[in-house]
Amino acid sequence: MKKDNVPQDDSLLLEGNTREICYAVDENGKYVKVLSTGWEPKDIALRQALDFIEERANKSKEKIANNQLSPIAYYLEKRVMDIKLLSQYTHILRWRVKRHLKPRVFKKLSREILKKYADAFEITVDELLNF
Amino acid sequence: MEVDFQHCQSAHCENGVISNLLRHHNIHISEPMVFGIGSGLFYVYLPFIKINHAPTASFRILPGVIFKRIASRLKIKIKRKKFTSKKKAMKALDKILETGQPVGLQVGAYHLSYFPPAYRFHFNAHNVVVYGKKDDQYLISDPVMEHPTSLTSEELVRVRFAKGAFAPNGHMYYPVSFQEEIDFKTAIKKGIKKTCREMLKIPIPIIGVRGIRFFSKQVKNWLSKHGSKKAALYLGQMVRMQEEIGTGGGGFRFIYAAFLQEAGEFLKMKRLDDLSEEMTQAGDLWREFAITAARIYKKRCSADQQTFDQAADKLLTIADREEAIFKKMAELRFD
Repeated sequence: MKKDNVPQDDSLLLEGNTREICYAVDENGKYVKVLSTGWEPKDIALRQALDFIEERANKSKEKIANNQLSPIAYYLEKRVMDIKLLSQYTHILRWRVKRHLKPRVFKKLSREILKKYADAFEITVDELLNF
Repeated sequence: MEVDFQHCQSAHCENGVISNLLRHHNIHISEPMVFGIGSGLFYVYLPFIKINHAPTASFRILPGVIFKRIASRLKIKIKRKKFTSKKKAMKALDKILETGQPVGLQVGAYHLSYFPPAYRFHFNAHNVVVYGKKDDQYLISDPVMEHPTSLTSEELVRVRFAKGAFAPNGHMYYPVSFQEEIDFKTAIKKGIKKTCREMLKIPIPIIGVRGIRFFSKQVKNWLSKHGSKKAALYLGQMVRMQEEIGTGGGGFRFIYAAFLQEAGEFLKMKRLDDLSEEMTQAGDLWREFAITAARIYKKRCSADQQTFDQAADKLLTIADREEAIFKKMAELRFD
């Protein structure tokens, strides 16, 4: 890649917060470090991934409204976790996490357990309860 | 307390932390040199490891391996420690900081509060340097950020004890002793030979040049097998693995080319300089692949088989080109 071809596509996802180093050759063929504000092909790829997460989260939102899933399912998608990871953060066994996805079981959970989930999702217990 | 520490941005976190820590101890070695001597370049296609519901690939060796290799090749002793207790982990960190040493830490990227949303995925093998503490703020030099930042002790505990694959468990490290005269020539030679071996000789179909060919075959089938939406998502993920956080562009190929150039200058070997140029071209081809792939996932619905075939063919060209480069590299004589 030539130094002048280093893309500067102003990625919104970097929020003007930082720029990334690219390695490129200058006019004498020497490698130099060049700062880049983003590149469109990878920006779209990233946005696609984020959209996909959002889409999955919204799908579980519908299921929660229909009383098919508990609110834990929504934050699970939103925070890009899976059952295994959530189980590790909360120290609650996997099969129990799976049970807690059922609205019927979720309703009976103690405040203590809810707190564990809330901490893992970085929200308050009330946010989890008043979904 | 604050250690006088020079923050220097790099493309990739592991190389950057090594280069920055060593510079603090008066060993000047650039990021590409770290990457080359540590044999960081690699390719592996991982269809069975799903991240965000899509297969992954890696353009570099496993996290931590570059560090291990560079330490053994430059004969540097590194003290490493992992913890089960969060309290003990923070105490140990404070203790080293008090002696005036900057400390390397392995952290999880998802909870790093200073990261833009683009970087916030559950990736646990990120590396930063802590170089001081002011009140409750730890001073952080994160090599992929332009400027030094800071984290509260609560935030730091969270990232040091992130969960999931490659969980850091409070992992901290710092160099303790060095060889007086570092034999760079042997180190460079060993680094290059190892990379050639890994890219050409490992008899597993998903690794090295073979891996790129395998990936090409998969891309051809994605549309008919998974439908346009999933296929587009898969391709997007591949481009992200190739270009996202810290590859320096073109799946590390440009950093490696920079290494070959620097090594060529250092050893006065014109051949290495020529190979650097060829590696740059390989990197350019990876970029072209990304552009072709982006054409597909930009307009998800109208993806046609022809574009998938084009992307797959590009990968075959890359595989042939890289195979030729590594074969030439393997035959190099260092005298």
